[in-house]
Amino acid sequence: MSDFPHTPPKMSWTFSNDVNAEIRRAAATGIYDIRGGGSKRRLPHFDDLLFLGASISRYPLEGYREKCATDVWLGTRFAKNPIHLDIPITIAGMSFGALSGPAKEALGRGASAAGTSTTTGDGGMTEEERGHSKSLVYQYLPSRYGMNPDDLRRADAIEVVVGQGAKPGGGGMLLGQKISDRVANMRNLPKGIDQRSACRHPDWTGPDDLEIKILEIREITNWEKPIYIKIGGARPYYDTALAVKAGADVVVLDGMQGGTAATQDVFIENVGMPILACIPLAVKALQDLGMHRKVQLIVSGGIRTGADVAKAMALGADAVAIGTAALIALGDNDPALEAEYNKLGTTAGAYDDWHEGKDPAGITTQNPELSARFDPVLGGRRLKNYLKVMTLEAQTIARACGKNHLHNLEPEDLCALTIEGAAMAGVPLAGTNWIPGRNGGF
Amino acid sequence: MQTFDLSKDGLRALNSSLHALKGQTNMTAWEVINPKGAHAIAAGVDAPVEITVRGSTGYYCAGMNKQASIFIKGSAGPGVAENMMSGKVVIDGDASQYAGATGRGGLLVIKGNASSRCGISMKGIEIVVHGNIGHMSCFMAQSGSVVVLGDAGEALGDSLYEARLFVRGKVKSLGADCIEKEMRPEHFALLEDLLRRGEADHKAKPEQFRRYGSARKLYNFNIDNAAAY
Repeated sequence: MSDFPHTPPKMSWTFSNDVNAEIRRAAATGIYDIRGGGSKRRLPHFDDLLFLGASISRYPLEGYREKCATDVWLGTRFAKNPIHLDIPITIAGMSFGALSGPAKEALGRGASAAGTSTTTGDGGMTEEERGHSKSLVYQYLPSRYGMNPDDLRRADAIEVVVGQGAKPGGGGMLLGQKISDRVANMRNLPKGIDQRSACRHPDWTGPDDLEIKILEIREITNWEKPIYIKIGGARPYYDTALAVKAGADVVVLDGMQGGTAATQDVFIENVGMPILACIPLAVKALQDLGMHRKVQLIVSGGIRTGADVAKAMALGADAVAIGTAALIALGDNDPALEAEYNKLGTTAGAYDDWHEGKDPAGITTQNPELSARFDPVLGGRRLKNYLKVMTLEAQTIARACGKNHLHNLEPEDLCALTIEGAAMAGVPLAGTNWIPGRNGGF
Repeated sequence: MQTFDLSKDGLRALNSSLHALKGQTNMTAWEVINPKGAHAIAAGVDAPVEITVRGSTGYYCAGMNKQASIFIKGSAGPGVAENMMSGKVVIDGDASQYAGATGRGGLLVIKGNASSRCGISMKGIEIVVHGNIGHMSCFMAQSGSVVVLGDAGEALGDSLYEARLFVRGKVKSLGADCIEKEMRPEHFALLEDLLRRGEADHKAKPEQFRRYGSARKLYNFNIDNAAAY
């Protein structure tokens, strides 16, 4: 019998090692997995798109001679003082509490040096960030932790947060171990308890209410500040249209790859849409209302390179925002810290328990010893460098497409490598004129 | 007395005038006539002035108020005195939902009834309601005090943190993690002060109230409490 060939052991696709490990973890602990880092599954993304470049029908611009502008105005619809940024890559909202004070300072330093804005987060405005940010967007969140009219007035723009890409429809949680005296004081809560952030605002419930809420904020700030509305990638066509109706100057659209929010793994991986699928729908809503470029669109969720920036803008965005990429630029998940990541049971590149406050890079922590490891001046310089490189990369692509401004990139500059990418982005599958779902497609 | 006709001069002009009041102004008494339910009346004021609104207001009257004393001679729409920082807001009539939401300081007095979600997510404000309050009031209330001379609706104080709730009448139901607590001497003293400042000391006495607060069982996530979430 032993001479007969055996069927080799075969692992199940459905019950893979990862799935089985999670079942065992759930059975042992009785609690779902909470983490940051955004969706880790392979999603249709900007990698599924390519630029066509110039040819006989379109001529390119000289890379080292001809100008390709990168600036962007945000908040030109109603605000007396719209924001002018040198580059269209902004820093997304991340709270003091989730991040250390020095990390917030570094974000402000890097963003300001590169000519762009940074954003507060749940937990209020810190002096570190206000003091080092030339343009600071102040988030107006359901929890209203730290909310006050003085900070509203010293912000450069106000972002009403309705949803986040990592968890559209979900609130937030800052676990007790990150609640230092300072964080607790800013949030009017006892030290050491889990701080829940509500999933919806306490004093408005729908688009008609939101319109009145925005009126109130504009009245308090004398109609000076641009009002952004941030939405998760849930129903981008309708949400964008409703945000415009409610009076937004800017719509911030965050896809499911948005990663700095800690929440349940099941939420991160199963709710919301990838940013690639969201952008064309939001742009269509703006176009249908005659508001494209009048209400600016900032998109986020998995932006990593200048190519991603260029692709997002070619699809119709006015600017992008980065969160996870900014943390990596500051030094998070650096292989140089591999031994310490190993002690936490993980490895560099996979560390996503930012909510636990044990970050060896000293970025996503309130532990004084860990946060002291992080140099905000060096971090700010690294972020500035990264933002500059992304901008140069986007310019390189734009010039190759014959564009003298990043905003002149257009869907006609793109093709898709996959059917899914073509359908979601609304650009032809490479080598064809086929856009699934359009021009006689399915 | 500065009299401002809202129907004639408009909201922007009113709030611009009020925001221009800084420091030791001698324009300390303002009257707003013909409010006609307009929204955001006297929102964002930051001066020790008295503003009397003669009529009913829409959403967010006195929003984020600092220092000012604002008297509404009518009823107030949703979100009156939301996120108030300091000062005082007194409503002769009823208040709609979210009254005093997220308030961080100051005193809100409602001489009529308050609708649902009164004091939601409050962070230090003091609220005195002469009548009843609606369902889900004081949801996730963090700190501050609420005094209710009448009854409270369903799910009072759901997911409460450290806010102190005092109700004289019936409570239809308590929300998750909200329990009745003992009235100690300091609570009688606090109530006496709030009733006096809330212009209700002639209507009720501290010993007529029950106190409600957090059981603090949901402060840190525990899977054994999952049924409460």
